[in-house]
Amino acid sequence: MIRVELPAHLRTLARVEGEVELDVEAPITLRSVLDTLEARYPVLRGTIRDHVTLKRRDFLRFFACQEDWSHESPDAPLPEPIVSGAEPLLVVGAIAGG
Amino acid sequence: MSTVRVLVGTKKGAFVLTSDAMRMKWGVEGPLFAGWEMYHVKGSPVDPDRLYASQCSGWFGQMIQRSNDGGKSWEPVDNKFVYDGIPGTHQWFDGTQHPWEFKRVWHLEPSLTDPDMVYAGVEDAAMFRTTDGGASWHEMSGLRNHNTGPQWSPGAGGLGLHTILIDPTNPQRIFIAISAAGAFRTEDGGTTWKPINKGLRSQYIPDPDAEIGHCVHRIALHPSRPNVLFMQKHWDVMRSDDAGDSWHEVSGNLPTDFGFPIDVHAHEPETIYVVPIKNDSEHFPPEGKLRVYRSRTGGNEWEALTKGLPQSDCYVNVLRDAMAVDQLDSCGIYFGTTGGQVYASTDSGDNWTAIVRDLPAVLSVEVQTLA
Repeated sequence: MIRVELPAHLRTLARVEGEVELDVEAPITLRSVLDTLEARYPVLRGTIRDHVTLKRRDFLRFFACQEDWSHESPDAPLPEPIVSGAEPLLVVGAIAGG
Repeated sequence: MSTVRVLVGTKKGAFVLTSDAMRMKWGVEGPLFAGWEMYHVKGSPVDPDRLYASQCSGWFGQMIQRSNDGGKSWEPVDNKFVYDGIPGTHQWFDGTQHPWEFKRVWHLEPSLTDPDMVYAGVEDAAMFRTTDGGASWHEMSGLRNHNTGPQWSPGAGGLGLHTILIDPTNPQRIFIAISAAGAFRTEDGGTTWKPINKGLRSQYIPDPDAEIGHCVHRIALHPSRPNVLFMQKHWDVMRSDDAGDSWHEVSGNLPTDFGFPIDVHAHEPETIYVVPIKNDSEHFPPEGKLRVYRSRTGGNEWEALTKGLPQSDCYVNVLRDAMAVDQLDSCGIYFGTTGGQVYASTDSGDNWTAIVRDLPAVLSVEVQTLA
């Protein structure tokens, strides 16, 4: 089970509390996790990645196991603690705005 | 007895203000969608409980919310605004070409006849439409593909399509305005468009007959006379008596003719309202006095309306979508400020009262008069 922690505004949109748990087919990558997340919560389409390019929105970051994965390839295998569910994948709003 | 519902979009959420026809005591509901920029909230004229809201955020992009019960409950609908075909480029601030990129929905204009049909004006400037209540949006690409499209360039606030006016006598005719491309009109429901900027003069455009490039801030019309258009341009208040084919200036005795909103009295087609702003870099009222100016002659002769409005140390702005009128016999005028006040007048502007004083910066105000 893959665990994903979303920013508060996206939890509100998806109407979930706490972490989201997802069954994701291998390989476990940013792309496969986000594809599964958006399939389960279609309201999140376009809020994390661009609808067409699937590029990460500028003011969101991805963290895995205390490392910034925001600039990694979306097809790179995520660390084992994410795959095993020991650690959540964090989707984090950047410090920005006013 | 009639009731009035004021839909307020702010920089940090939406608010719904309600009152009976006396318009003395107001209920305030909100913030809805707290923390999000609510660019515009507007109801369907044929089903006033059907509301649409543009919700956006620098972090999470664009959402569209829909209510079927007058704002008590909301559901997100489609937020996919994808330009038709290969988007191409438009002019950037430095004169180079820049790819068309969707940023946000500035304005939602529900159809006058079908609650499931809504037009959306977006940045970078384009017009979208839903015919299924927001379940899907499709670009009306004839506008952006106008042969002047590559020359359109953004104003300081972005390349936004902010005004959509549907001719109530002919829904195939729609007027739109873009900062800073200018005004356009379609006669065929949005398939083809024609620039309607003849007579506009902008000091930053060397060609006095430039077909496009004008920073139109807002256009308004009275439903009984859709050939008469009133425009607040970056500078200049303008009027057209031929559906935009030609414009002439009606700034008259205004203390400054810079400003953003313009609106028309519900029952007097020659009575119009503007809020003069000092200039293009000082976006606040001249002399720190918040004054709405009213013309009962369709322009040129203006009177200051000040009763109940702050007449010292006031440095707020009133944005282009932040003024509206109700339909009651004694016409109500409403506007919101960047300081978070929403002011209302129940007597055509003679006297003003703040309904609320401390909201986040107000981006838009719409009014519904409910039976």
